[in-house]
Amino acid sequence: MNIIVLVKQVPDTTEVKLDPKTGNLIREGIESIINPDDRYAIEAAVSLKERHGGKVTAISMGPPQAIDAISEAMGMGVDQGILLSDKAFAGADTWATSFTLGKAIEKVGEFDLIICGRQAIDGDTAQIGPQVADYLDVPQVTYVFDIEKVEEDGIVVKRRLEDGFERIQCSLPALLTVIGELNEPRYPLVDRLLDACKEKAPIAVWNAADLGVQVSEVGLSGSLTQVIKTFAPKVERQGQILEGDTQTVVGELLGKLKENRLI
Amino acid sequence: MAVWVEIDLCNGCKRCIKACPYGAMEFEDNKAHVTERCTSCGACIEVCKQEAIKTDVKPKEIPDFSDRKGVWVVAEQRGGELKRVSLELLGKAQELASALNQEVAALLLGHKVSGLCEQLIEYGAEKVYLADHPELADYRTVPYTDVVESLIRQYKPNILLMGATHIGRDLAPRVSRRVGVGLTADCTELNIDPEEKILLQTRPAFGGNVMATIANRYSRPQMATVRPGVMEAKKRPGLKGEVITHEVHLSPKGLETKILEAVTEKKKGVNLVNAKVIVAGGRGVGDANGFKKLEELAEVLGGELAGTRVAVEEGWIPVERQVGQTGQTVRPELYIAFGISGAIQHRAGMMNSRYIIAVNKDPRAPIFQVSDWGIVGDLHDIIPEMISRLKTQ
Repeated sequence: MNIIVLVKQVPDTTEVKLDPKTGNLIREGIESIINPDDRYAIEAAVSLKERHGGKVTAISMGPPQAIDAISEAMGMGVDQGILLSDKAFAGADTWATSFTLGKAIEKVGEFDLIICGRQAIDGDTAQIGPQVADYLDVPQVTYVFDIEKVEEDGIVVKRRLEDGFERIQCSLPALLTVIGELNEPRYPLVDRLLDACKEKAPIAVWNAADLGVQVSEVGLSGSLTQVIKTFAPKVERQGQILEGDTQTVVGELLGKLKENRLI
Repeated sequence: MAVWVEIDLCNGCKRCIKACPYGAMEFEDNKAHVTERCTSCGACIEVCKQEAIKTDVKPKEIPDFSDRKGVWVVAEQRGGELKRVSLELLGKAQELASALNQEVAALLLGHKVSGLCEQLIEYGAEKVYLADHPELADYRTVPYTDVVESLIRQYKPNILLMGATHIGRDLAPRVSRRVGVGLTADCTELNIDPEEKILLQTRPAFGGNVMATIANRYSRPQMATVRPGVMEAKKRPGLKGEVITHEVHLSPKGLETKILEAVTEKKKGVNLVNAKVIVAGGRGVGDANGFKKLEELAEVLGGELAGTRVAVEEGWIPVERQVGQTGQTVRPELYIAFGISGAIQHRAGMMNSRYIIAVNKDPRAPIFQVSDWGIVGDLHDIIPEMISRLKTQ
């Protein structure tokens, strides 16, 4: 079974802040990690390979250092990696990103299954999976938390909904986006990881020319949406602090609630 | 689109060969040639002193979209019941449509669901496009995409909104790719730019640490998804609406995906989204016993108990009561935060509450900046005092 897993390197978002003066993201000193949902995708791909045989290819789009994410995925058992890296890819929205990934998958050739994480923690859009599936004209199942059955021409998976789940039968090739309920990702093995960091490791780096795309189709210039402003979330209320001993402040507070017909 | 060399002008200086980042220039017979690896990036054009390299690549232009009209909402129904978020989106759509002087329409897909049209009209839809077909009874990605695509192609809307639910987040990106338009996920604010008349889509990024406003100038409809609980549903009594039945054509390929079983899991009676009063606790509550006191207060106030991610991780409250970026977004009349410092991830889920009260020991806790009234003090003294006073009233 040929499985492609889509991986993104992301900043550890809980630490990201805006520079109060410039309004730009402060990126220095922020650790880069494999997007958490993508780890479940890698684990799913590798364990399917272990059961059914085949090959797992990790594809990532990002700056040159995103190769670390691919190496780590290979440490977890992925066979080969492709890094899509080119200044021209920078600033891509999900439209341009799904196009670039779609082109790369077409170049890789045949596949049975594409697995990605539900969403990346830097953007939280959850759009790339479905957009890549539509680009490649294959069915998709999102929010997958159980892969029940895998056969030659089809799979049965469970899809999480807000109030329950659905069991879905889907033909192959297909694309799945997966959530944390699916599995417990393994740690990379040290010797595998070391092998993946060697120069002869099977990781290809492709740029726009390798994909046969025009610069105007990818990155910022190929995007249909633009960020026109970023800002720190605004704080609108001017908190009035009630002062005094417990009885006084509680009395005052309940008074405020009554005034505003809240109790 | 292409880049080429005017051979007669080329003096064979090889500058372009060095400048090309893609190795797409070849040198043959003392002249430069462009190969198929060219991406039209233009690096060679900039370095050519002979001006021998030409391109027909034009700067991106904003197309004329004056024929694109209407603010559309994809109504989400399951088992013949409308999701609340669809009505919330219709509320926002009314505002956007009036700023544009255009009309509000709802798309309703399903089987034997025409009874829901009335409710959509009551909440602001001037038109309902109804696609009724046995194969649409349950949501499936490709058949639903086919129908929404055909509606868009036929009626050319300006704006298309969907709820950022599990279904909406499955359908919206698929539709956007199919129709060839941009999409902004999980918006918390939508406005019309007063001059350009485009949709300004504001959403949190980087876990809520940054807000970004996004525009979609190059394609229509301008598509966005919105989290449930963020916008407000507004009834428009007496409004008349028209129901337009849409003929359904489905590609056989999309019907291959089958739902074998749909299972509804019982929720434990938690309804934070519709709660009028929410009493929430964080790390400062200290233990599960502290939450028992909070629960008692919530009961006296006729409200629901909620908490932060920390409270869930500590096992003090179940995950379905979590408010915040990774939990639920709520907008009650009254939100009381006990022992919650007010990290941005939590604020993202409760900032739209009508009134916010904060009780915290630390006067510098950021929660005070988003609260209407604050008490700097020990919640373990404040809560019993509140309960006893409320009970005697």
